[in-house]
Order: sequence, then C-alpha cells, then structure tokens
Amino acid sequence: MSAVTDAVRGTAPGNPLGQSVRDSLVIAKRNLIRMSRIPEMVIFGLIQPIMFVVLFTYVFGGSMQIGGSTSATDYTNFLMAGIFAQTVTFATAGAGAGIADDMHKGLIDRFRSLPMARGAVLTGRTLADLVQTALTLLVLAVVAILVGWRVGSDGSTDAARVLAAFGLLLLLGYAFTWIGALIGLSVRTPEAATSGGLIWLFPVTFISNAFVDTGNMTPWLRHIAEWNPFSATVQACRVLFANPGQSTSDAWPMQHPVWASLIYSVLIILIFRTLAVRKYRSATA
Amino acid sequence: MPGAIYAEGLVKTFGDVRALDGVDLDVPEGTVLGLLGPNGAGKTTAVRCLTTLLRPDSGRAVVAGLDVLKNPNEVRRSIGLSGQFAAVDEYLTGRENLQMVGQLYQMKAKDAKVRAAELLDQFDLADAADRTAKTYSGGMRRRLDLAAALVVSPPVMFMDEPTTGLDPRNRQLLWEVIKRLVSGGTTLLLTTQYLEEADHLAHDIAVVDHGRVIARGTSDQLKARTGGERVEVVVHDREHIPTAVEVLTGFGKGDTTVEEHTRKLTVPVSGGAKLLAEVIRELDIRGIEIDDIGLRRPTLDDVFLSLTGHAAEDKPEENAKETVK
Repeated sequence: MSAVTDAVRGTAPGNPLGQSVRDSLVIAKRNLIRMSRIPEMVIFGLIQPIMFVVLFTYVFGGSMQIGGSTSATDYTNFLMAGIFAQTVTFATAGAGAGIADDMHKGLIDRFRSLPMARGAVLTGRTLADLVQTALTLLVLAVVAILVGWRVGSDGSTDAARVLAAFGLLLLLGYAFTWIGALIGLSVRTPEAATSGGLIWLFPVTFISNAFVDTGNMTPWLRHIAEWNPFSATVQACRVLFANPGQSTSDAWPMQHPVWASLIYSVLIILIFRTLAVRKYRSATA
Repeated sequence: MPGAIYAEGLVKTFGDVRALDGVDLDVPEGTVLGLLGPNGAGKTTAVRCLTTLLRPDSGRAVVAGLDVLKNPNEVRRSIGLSGQFAAVDEYLTGRENLQMVGQLYQMKAKDAKVRAAELLDQFDLADAADRTAKTYSGGMRRRLDLAAALVVSPPVMFMDEPTTGLDPRNRQLLWEVIKRLVSGGTTLLLTTQYLEEADHLAHDIAVVDHGRVIARGTSDQLKARTGGERVEVVVHDREHIPTAVEVLTGFGKGDTTVEEHTRKLTVPVSGGAKLLAEVIRELDIRGIEIDDIGLRRPTLDDVFLSLTGHAAEDKPEENAKETVK
C-alpha cells in the first residue's frame, strides 16, 4: 500500500476549533464572492424593506395612533424598529435558498466528501448572510433617516445604545438564518426553500409589536405577540433608540426586552444550529 | 490484505427499495474497477456508501486501509470524488473553485493556490482559469470537477458516471485524463452505463443489477461467458439459405440461427480470422453470393443481456437520489 501512504494528503488539522473557524471562513468567503457576482439578489433584498418603509410611513402614517398620538412623525419613529427587525429575519429565505441550491447542484455532496469541519458549510453560509444583513441594515437606516426617522425622540441620544440595538438586530438575523439553513436542507428545491423560508415569517413578524400597538389586540393574540421572540427585539430596539410606542405590558419580555432578545436569539441559534448540522451530516440531495 | 477499496455485504434500503442488496467489492491497489449497470442498479448508492456520504444499513467497507464507518474523516482525506453532476460553484472562477477545495482539504492557502494553477494547466483550463464556471462548456465543467477531486492527489478515486451527457469528443478527452491518472498508480472505482467505457478504462468489471453484483471479471472473461465469437453472414439470394446453413454448420461449434427476412445467418465458432477465410472460400466454391460477412465478438451489451435477461437500459428511477428523504 505504498502509494496510499506516500500520497500527498491534506495536512492533518491542528485543533478542531481552529479548523472549524478556518473552514467556515473559507465557505463564508465563497458565499460573499457569489453574492458580489449576483448583485441583483442583494438589490432585490433591499427593495422590499425600502418599499415597506415608504409605504408604511406614507400610507399608514397618518391614520395610526401611537401612545395616544396620531402624529405621522411619531409613527415613523415607532415603525423603524419593526421594519429593521422584519428585514433581518427575511435573511432566512436567502440562507435557505442558497443551501438548497448547493444541495441541488451536488455541492453539498462534494463538501461532505472533503475532510472539513462538519458545521462549516452552514456556518460559512450564515456568516456571509450576516454580512449581507449588515449591509441591508445600513442602507435601510439611511432611507429611514431620509423619511424622517430620528433616534432619541425623548431628547436623549446615546450612540452606544443605538449601536447595541443594531447589534441585537444582527444577532436576531443571524439566529433566523439558522432556521433558514434547516429549511434549505429539508426541502427538495431552491424555489421551495425561498417560499418556505418566507411564508411563516409573515405571521411571525405581523403578530407582534412591529407595526401596531399590541395593546389594541384581542387578549390571546396580544399574549402571543408579547411573547413572540421577534417582539422582544423590536421592543429592545425602541428602548435603545429611545423611540416612541414602547410597550408598557407586564409581560416579561416587554419589561426586559434586551435580555429577552439576547436569550431568544441565543436559544434559536443553539436549537437550530444543532438540528441543521445533524441534518447536514445525513443530507442527501 | 484487502485491496484499496474493499466492501463486504453492503446493504442499503430506502423504504421498500433495496438499493444495495449485499454488495461485495475488492479493488486491488492501482487498478480500475468499472461498476457497470443500468440506472437504478445501485451504482451511485454504492459509491455514496464508500465515500462516507451515506451510511449503509449493514456491511463493512475499507478504503485506503481505513474503515469507512469508523474513520470517515480519515477516509475523506484519502479519497477524491467526482460525482454525477459537475459539482463546481458556477459563480466562482475555475481557479477560485480549486483553491477553495484545496483549503477545505486543509491545505495552506498558498499551497492551494500553487496546486490550483498546476491543475488548471494540466486540465487545459488555464485560459479559462479566471472566468466564472458558469461560462464553461459541459466538458470544461467536468474537467474542473475532476480537477477538484484530484487536488490532494488522493490515492483512491471514485467517479460516478464521469462522462454521462458529454459529447464524443469530450468523452474521449476525459478518457485520456483518466488513463493518465491511473497510469500514475491511483486506484479508481468508476461507475458507468456505457459498456464501451468500462471496456475501455477498467481492468475489472463488476456488473450490477438490482443492488447486487451479478458478474465479475475482465472484459474478455465476461464476453467469454456469452459463448465467444461467431460468424455472421448475409446471403444475397434467399434460395441459398439452406446451402449456406449447411456450410456454416460444418464450420461452427453449434447450430446456425437464421433470420429469414434479413437473410442473416449466425453460427458460433472458434478459430478467428483464419476460419473466417475458410468459410468465405467454401461459400464461394458452392456459388453462394454474399452481401456481408463478418466475425463478431460479443459486446458487453450482449454480456449484460445474457446475464440479466434484460438489456442494459434505463428502468424507472430507483436512484438513491430520488427516494431518500
């Protein structure tokens, strides 16, 4: 068996964590290169949230009551935390479609036949999506400012708190891409991953405090909305942005939104990363 | 000591379908085994089990001296896989694809870069190296895919239908590449539906049908199992058929079969070209005019037919791909 033992082999990895990080970055780089070569995907990803900002601001703005105020400016300031949070969750569909496409094209088979870290294909993908989400948020924040959004409507502006809010948004988006990863591995076609990744996001993001005051919902729906993990991040952002319309509900996530947002996001990552990596290990196109 | 690829009693079921029904394989180091069979015979499933992509329900497999079930990651370091689809990222350039695969084989970034450039040259892709794979022709993509499988010069290679869907010229090109590879000492397991391909590339052929290896041997050994060579004659005049039968049966090892409507007569023989010359002379002496005559060796298609009772053609998809969920 001399040819077998003497043949050039890949260098044996040092420590598993180092290998995992390195492999994830290789895959992340690959996905970022892809995204840069399909700019229309990034652009379409921007159009929807920008449309929401503009439509909600100008169509709903005049008729919404926020904390007893009917001022359109108050609604704009209330709305942005919701739109930001909704936008980051929509990264789910991109992650799912990307992974389903890799399965479909046989790339997952190739990766699985390589001596690479098991979770790296998915981690690399979710990291690349995180970069895209950050870019999207940046553009969206500029548009929001253009339509009149301002932080610190109570007079206090704290840059660190604003950055913390964007941090929570990115974490939420990252968590949701792991749900997308699991969806992508579970469906047969990229098309199914796109629609399957989006449909459930509508109830999740609308049965929440994102666009309306939960105080006006029927009690059972209100409870769902206030315990919705998504609502915790929205509330946390409103608090950190010092924007109007913060929920005064007694529900724990509404009273401790920053902690609730952190805990929910970390839990989602732990659960869905575990499930997705397990699914990946037995994945078959 | 088992060969570079060794399998014993591999079984894999998907629902009701027994995709692998006890497959045994043994490929000595430095040789090529052709896994020959129609769609749905279990070829792809066998490759997937041997390359750690799929866990068999039972059985044992050893690749490059490593147990596939116990040390899958060690096995992955020693194998290259080129699948049924050209598994390259179409939005990356050829160079980027190869560098990525090299790094995922745990090569250092700069080694991966050097190796990628080497392979691009070797596979005649240097000119297209910095174009995205999306712009490549089918043949170029296959070559890139094969190059990706060879990044670490693995001692054991698996190729699942490497030339399916390629035009004859590209198929020929890929055959040359594969032959060069094997002459370098690589052990190769190759699946194919093309009997000609197995004949051309493989030292040994295992015929697979319904998840079992139903015959095994060199191409010549397998052909011999169908009864060896035969003489085929097409006579010009239907009235000459009885006389011709008499002549052929005189030379043959068995009965002469006659197809009346095509005026074609066939008889099993042994003796090769020399005998053929004698048959022609005798037919001439008897005044039988012939349109065509030839010595036919059995093709692997004949082999397949005689082994399985059905021709080597597609059956409804029973591919692992379709049924796994």
